[in-house]
Amino acid sequence: MEQFLQQVVNGISLGSIYALIALGYTMVYGIIKLINFAHGDVYMIGAFVGFAAITYGKMGFFPALLVAMISCAIIGVVIEKVAYKPLRNSTRIAALITAIGVSLFLEYVMMFFVGAEVRSYPKVLTEKAFHLGSVVINMQQIYIVLTAIALMILLQFIVHKTKTGKAMRAVSIDPDAAQLMGIKVDSTISYTFAIGSAFAGAAGVLVGIYYNSIDPLMGILPGLKAFVAAVFGGIGSIPGAMIGGLTIGTMETFVSGYGNSMYRDAAVFLFLIVILIIKPSGLLGKNTREKV
Amino acid sequence: MLEIKNLNVYYGVIHALKDISLTVNEGEIVTLIGANGAGKTTTLRTISGLNKTTGGEILLEGKAITYLSAPERVKLGISQVPEGRRIFPEMTVFENLELGAYLRKDKNNIKKDLENVYQRFPILAERRRQTAGTLSGGEQQMLVMGRALMSRPRILLLDEPSMGLAPLLVREIFSIIKDINEAGTTILLVEQNASMALSIAHRAYVLETGSIVMSGTGEELARSNEIQKAYLGGE
Repeated sequence: MEQFLQQVVNGISLGSIYALIALGYTMVYGIIKLINFAHGDVYMIGAFVGFAAITYGKMGFFPALLVAMISCAIIGVVIEKVAYKPLRNSTRIAALITAIGVSLFLEYVMMFFVGAEVRSYPKVLTEKAFHLGSVVINMQQIYIVLTAIALMILLQFIVHKTKTGKAMRAVSIDPDAAQLMGIKVDSTISYTFAIGSAFAGAAGVLVGIYYNSIDPLMGILPGLKAFVAAVFGGIGSIPGAMIGGLTIGTMETFVSGYGNSMYRDAAVFLFLIVILIIKPSGLLGKNTREKV
Repeated sequence: MLEIKNLNVYYGVIHALKDISLTVNEGEIVTLIGANGAGKTTTLRTISGLNKTTGGEILLEGKAITYLSAPERVKLGISQVPEGRRIFPEMTVFENLELGAYLRKDKNNIKKDLENVYQRFPILAERRRQTAGTLSGGEQQMLVMGRALMSRPRILLLDEPSMGLAPLLVREIFSIIKDINEAGTTILLVEQNASMALSIAHRAYVLETGSIVMSGTGEELARSNEIQKAYLGGE
């Protein structure tokens, strides 16, 4: 039982991080129907920006998180303007291949500047841990989960209560009709990239703190897993991405905890195959139309 | 108020609109009738800025708007009720109407206009919290018309408002169009239901494969032999 609860705690922490990344995938897909495979690398950049902010800027957790989010938001918007916008009216496969190109570009440019070696993340949170029976909850996990929850509440607020959020939903449902309301599609897409990328940046910092190590290729696997999470939740659906992230995170820790941690990645991708066979539209996805 | 001069539009190599010219004066209902594929929807989409113009000019109150973006045209007072309604189905009725006023900042007047829309379409007030996708076809048509009115348009472009509606509802929608016009909004109406359209229009144009082939007052056209034969099913 304790082992079970411990895995739930670990799974929720990891899952919150996946959920933050999955949100960016799903929002971007919702609005321009593109799987942004460079998204995992934006998350990697977020981790490095956070690393620099803490190590060289001597910042605490929250300022570093904020700096990483803002930097990633800007990078996300630039990627969209430079790489995706010129392809807006071309085939989806062209945009998808470009996304893979952007992903490789970010990985190896980063490697050029910072080297390929793994760095250990500076300690920015206390090592304190809480013991509930034999279940251990450490401070990092609490920060991760609370940060993720706060960001998701913020996102719900933006999407449902602000004008920008309503514009984002309108564009994702019907870009032409949105234009007839006076909504500027280009700037709405930029906002979407900014928010999605900022969330990836936050996830990058959180993962750096959690796993204590970062490197330029760290975005590949979590990026793909977050993609699986988004697909499981129903790509295009925001609540779906949250549920998907938590599911994938928990699944992974359970496979590691009860089975063999060597199989955890295989389990996630096997799960993707199963979803695609049984319910390709995902848990909350629709067959024809998607939300932001 | 709205003037179109020698408008040309291409879809790839297809010449969809060929040198179209038409005028809509302040306070009028002008209708554009024609068969499927004649270019009626293209005309409206080009006026709204959703389609690019290849040649010619679109003037709103004497000012060229030919190369403005769609949102900029909304700001100048052009509002379109698109073909097939195009509500935002996952959003509530209220949110749909609110989006209609997206560019406006005069909160008090928006509230007043919302009340007016609810008064004109009481069913929308009743269903304001429902998602728009759950409305019936007729209710959705009312919703898009209400949504378009929320921008306080100077000219309202209506694309096939009667499409897919029961005859009784069609009559109701047309009487609402007349009311909106009498309340001061200029209207350009595109319809396949020619007899209905001609019965409320001050003037009309007939579009055939991308060209305007006839124009006149609504009554003139309704009496014309050719129109009777081609569009009204008369002998």
